[in-house]
Amino acid sequence: MRKALAVGRKELHQILRDRRTLLILLFVPAFFLMLYGYALNWDIRHVRLAVLDREHTGESRALISSFVNSSYFDIVAVVTSTNDIEHLMDRGEVRAALVIPEGMSRDLRGGRVAQVQVLINGDNANTATTVFGYAQAIVRGVSAQLQLEMIGGRALAPPISVDPRIWYNPELRSTLFLVPGLIGFIVMLSCVVSTSLSIVREKERGTWEQVRMAPITTVSYIVGKTIPYFVISLASALLIILAARVLFDLPMRGSWAGLLVALSLFVVGALGTGLLVSTLVDSQALAFLISLLVSLLPTVILSGFIFPIASMPLPIQLITYIVPARYFLVVLRGIVLKGVELHTVASQVGALVIYAFAVLGLASVRLARERG
Amino acid sequence: MKAVTIRDLTRRFGKFLAVDHVSLEVDEGEIFGFLGSNGAGKSTTIRMLCGLLKPSSGSATVGGIDVTRDPEGVKRRIGYMSQRFSLYELLTVEENIVFFGGLYGLSDPEIQTRKAFVLDMAGLRGRERTLARDLAGGWRQRLALGCAILHRPPILFLDEPTGGVDPVSRRQFWQLIDRLSDEGVTVFVTTHYLDEAEHCHRLALMHAGRIAAMGTVAELKEVFAGRAVVEVRTSAPMEAVRALDGVPNVEKTSLFGTALHVWLRQGNRDTAPLAERFLQRGLAVESMDFVAPSLEDVFMDVVERAGGAAA
Repeated sequence: MRKALAVGRKELHQILRDRRTLLILLFVPAFFLMLYGYALNWDIRHVRLAVLDREHTGESRALISSFVNSSYFDIVAVVTSTNDIEHLMDRGEVRAALVIPEGMSRDLRGGRVAQVQVLINGDNANTATTVFGYAQAIVRGVSAQLQLEMIGGRALAPPISVDPRIWYNPELRSTLFLVPGLIGFIVMLSCVVSTSLSIVREKERGTWEQVRMAPITTVSYIVGKTIPYFVISLASALLIILAARVLFDLPMRGSWAGLLVALSLFVVGALGTGLLVSTLVDSQALAFLISLLVSLLPTVILSGFIFPIASMPLPIQLITYIVPARYFLVVLRGIVLKGVELHTVASQVGALVIYAFAVLGLASVRLARERG
Repeated sequence: MKAVTIRDLTRRFGKFLAVDHVSLEVDEGEIFGFLGSNGAGKSTTIRMLCGLLKPSSGSATVGGIDVTRDPEGVKRRIGYMSQRFSLYELLTVEENIVFFGGLYGLSDPEIQTRKAFVLDMAGLRGRERTLARDLAGGWRQRLALGCAILHRPPILFLDEPTGGVDPVSRRQFWQLIDRLSDEGVTVFVTTHYLDEAEHCHRLALMHAGRIAAMGTVAELKEVFAGRAVVEVRTSAPMEAVRALDGVPNVEKTSLFGTALHVWLRQGNRDTAPLAERFLQRGLAVESMDFVAPSLEDVFMDVVERAGGAAA
């Protein structure tokens, strides 16, 4: 639409001249890039565990029940092949898997060192480290128990040792986990703040009223206004991803097309959120505050960016379902670290679509009501 | 056909009656002034006429189009300029013009033609690349006017268009308005500058949501026919007001800038009792002259009779 394009061109001219908006769009991300050197510690419980027991002996069951009794692990799946584990991991249904190979009991009885395998999803490096620690401690405990039972055995070597494999992020580098979260966080923040400010600024200056006097529908005005922000946000998000690849060796195991789709959906939802904020307030100061409140806090705290959602109390977990970053991070980490296709994370992608439609719908209802 | 027709237009905000059964008609090419203090209901009326606000009851047509049924149709036929000269400060003069042209759906060649017209009209030739925020008040005002008439609207709404502008620019602005009116554009203007209202062909005085008086400037001043107004200049106007309390032929007094306006009772033109009272109280009076009642006098009188507080 011609009118929407005129609005878009105007907005672009304004952004290029407005230092504050440019600062928000360019330097706030840079500022936060410096912040994630901080190491963070997490206490993790109820790790979703898959068990592959090829043994089915008393010893193997004893080992499994000590995992369950630890309260660190919940067995959510008992599988029969490693393919199943791969599947469950890809979809994020389990974080770890315990594989008990055939012959463990035989090795034990024969006085040899028996091996069990613990597979850990390393896309969240800190969680993975902790999970690894728990698994090791449990296995050591069982080992010690067995040692006592085998009086006169070769007591110096532990009878069972763990053979861990950490998938997707074998070196457990926390950056690989944090960078996707950071991308989501920066995109959300800059989109919400810039959109809400750009509209509320027009309300403050009176140009909003002037535009409303013109024969242009609110929808085409909004479309025109958000196109430049959409393009800029998308570009800056891709830039951060590229920078993360260069600086932090962030892998790209999935498809760029899938990433672009997910990113676009997330950006639209974020722009819609900013739009919704702008319909609720009339001053830039308040718009800024509310934008920070609705974008910064949930995206940092309730999205799984830093704190794992699984370890939150249930009411808080329920709240996280309306935080779009929660879904975006699963998709982004999936694409970048695991190389999954969009259809593997279809429910998350769907949630992003629903969120975008919901906020845009709410915002249009609010805008229509402004006509009084 | 009338440019604007309003019948019993009413708007409530909760329990507050902002506009109370207003009816009026404006002819094509007329400059119609809407006068009243802040909160009298002027802007609410304009917002309803421009299709921004739905009336609670009553009807209004602008350019023959019903504002409730087809607000978008109304918007295509009107130009609107507000007290804030709502330009985009971070855009240049040229970019503002091009943007508003695009907003009204003008074609590119047409925007070029109209841009030239606006630059000439506003005296902004050579300043095309100046940012709007760097323009002085008068230029900003004329640019805002130019942007409001890019699409050649037959009806122009001006909502307190001259706030914060110097007197010279104000005069230039009104010359432009007169010229538009001569070309057949209907101008509907709200103001609380009473001197400005003298430019209007016809006026409505609005008070507390109602039209308290309506007519030409001369007609409104007729209200004072037979009542003389004496302007008293003194260094102590407040004491002078008190001093005149109880003088038999004085109807009322009011401060008028630094001077004092004294209404004499119907048919009375005797200033001797005033001079006598001032002498008694030992008040030095610089001058005492009969003056023609100004619109402000009319306004104060109307508001007073409507039973409200003066602006």
